[in-house]
Amino acid sequence: MTTTATPPPRTARATATPPEQRKRGQRGGPAYIFLTPWILGVVLLTLAPMAVSLYLSFTDYNLFDPPKWVGLRNYSDMFTADPRYWRSVGTTLLYVVVAVPLKLAIALGVALLLSNTRKAKGFYRSAFYAPSLLGASMAVALVWRALYNDGGTVDELLSSIGIHTGGWVSDPHLAVFVVALLSAWQFGAPMVIFLAGLQQIPADLYEAAALDGAGRWRRFVSVTLPMLSPVVFFNLVLETIQSFQVFTPAFAISGGNGGPADSTEFYTLYLYERGFTASHMGYASAMAWVLLLAIGAVTLVLFRTSRSWVFYANEGA
Amino acid sequence: MATTVPDVKSAAGLKNSSGLKNNSGRTRTAAIAKHLGLVAVLLVLLYPLVWLLATSLKPANEVLTSLKLLPSHIEWSNYTTALDGISGVSISRLLLNSLLISVGSVIGNVVSCSLAAYAFARLRFRMRGPMFGFMIATMMLPHHAVLIPQYIIFNKLGMVDTYWPLILPKFLATEAFFVFLIVQFMRGLPRELDEAARIDGCGPFRIFWSVVLPLTRPALITTAIFTFIWSWNDFFTQLIYLFDPEKFTITLALRNFVDQSSTSAYGPMFAMSVISIVPIVLFFFAFQRYLVEGMATSGLKG
Repeated sequence: MTTTATPPPRTARATATPPEQRKRGQRGGPAYIFLTPWILGVVLLTLAPMAVSLYLSFTDYNLFDPPKWVGLRNYSDMFTADPRYWRSVGTTLLYVVVAVPLKLAIALGVALLLSNTRKAKGFYRSAFYAPSLLGASMAVALVWRALYNDGGTVDELLSSIGIHTGGWVSDPHLAVFVVALLSAWQFGAPMVIFLAGLQQIPADLYEAAALDGAGRWRRFVSVTLPMLSPVVFFNLVLETIQSFQVFTPAFAISGGNGGPADSTEFYTLYLYERGFTASHMGYASAMAWVLLLAIGAVTLVLFRTSRSWVFYANEGA
Repeated sequence: MATTVPDVKSAAGLKNSSGLKNNSGRTRTAAIAKHLGLVAVLLVLLYPLVWLLATSLKPANEVLTSLKLLPSHIEWSNYTTALDGISGVSISRLLLNSLLISVGSVIGNVVSCSLAAYAFARLRFRMRGPMFGFMIATMMLPHHAVLIPQYIIFNKLGMVDTYWPLILPKFLATEAFFVFLIVQFMRGLPRELDEAARIDGCGPFRIFWSVVLPLTRPALITTAIFTFIWSWNDFFTQLIYLFDPEKFTITLALRNFVDQSSTSAYGPMFAMSVISIVPIVLFFFAFQRYLVEGMATSGLKG
């Protein structure tokens, strides 16, 4: 995305603009006036807080007494002496690995169904998108908690076909999947992006493939998937980054404490508990920095692997 | 989802199969199967919302015991109980608080993000490349990395338990997605308009206000709607910064309602849930064209 920032050709501009005005524009006086709120935000609410949080991660700080330098102790405690920390890492990773592919698979499947639908396409698209707007609300999280409760709709449905799971919400092995399913329910956002991507695939590619005798499946694998791979990649990166930060549904479904048996204590929930309930701001800051680095590392790995499976049509030409 | 797999295959090919002289009967069957598949997905998708509405109207003894979706009789008292609010704070107050935060956030985002976007999209300055790259990078930044120091700053400023920490950051263009969205939109506007205005003697401020901003309206509307819905749904920031029940939003109140009441109060709880999402639903119906188009053209996340 960053490559799109290339300035317009200079020569074209120079002919249309008097020299003195071009000079003023290049010094950027007016630009910085427009950017003042953004720059203030970056400095005061992003860069400075990140630096402070890095410093705090090496201290013991409870918000009332001055921070006390403890070196790497927060980090060493976290990695070697805190089973709850590792539990939250495991829960979050399990959630990411289940929720992201599930959501993207549904989004892609429905987008493919919709892409060549003429009738009522706009209606379907809007209706499928609606959960993406409502899904982040407390109200919907509470509905999911009730649906997956003991004796709730899902339990009863499964029981009627002979599968007795009890309430997923109260089962330490299943509670995390309730949150994952709630995430998958909100497939509308990636679906809309997939749909936009599908519109970009040139029709003649399909015709050429069909002339070469490619069947539907073959066309899907050899034309649709490669042409769509940049969009898949875009969705994958964004969904992964977002999934690491899931909070509201986990909070609501677990009753705010990560239960049952800490099985839905997601990373962010534990971070909140350490920082704002137990007042260990230093420890929570260290957790925040590890999260930041972990998300950065995962994104980097995704970008690295993307070279082997993401196909950019304009590069090959 | 397994049932849709055959349809997926056909969808990949069907797109252009019209030119392939397909047997029209087969195409018709495929189209009907596809619509059946789409409707099935739709029913599963909307069930939780229908369930919510139905449960909010159920009498207390039917909420958890009866599997029937529809209540035996409609229990309006759930709504009258919900309207009383929580901890002596009326629901109108809670809704008004949520509205105040959401509207403040909308104004902040639209003003600050369009200003920054204009600079990135139209003005030339030495640091533009690096700054734009940085702006994109902050889109990926997890909120938690800055959360604690931000809390400490707002605490030092005496702003904890006020709405400032929820609204002020929006006036500083901290939501980079919207800057990006508006930049993308402004880049699509013909530069000749700027040039013409410049030749007529307009400075960058005049061009921004009189030429570019009016044309950017669709992107600004998308920004406003998303900001409203996200602020309305927000829970985490409100949970951290607000303590006084008088200042609670509908989301926080709903959460506390769950804590304070037993399962017998399920009906009123879901009545309150319905009330809490009514503004989003209204927004959705009024502006869904902008929402879905905005998502599609910008590649933005919801």
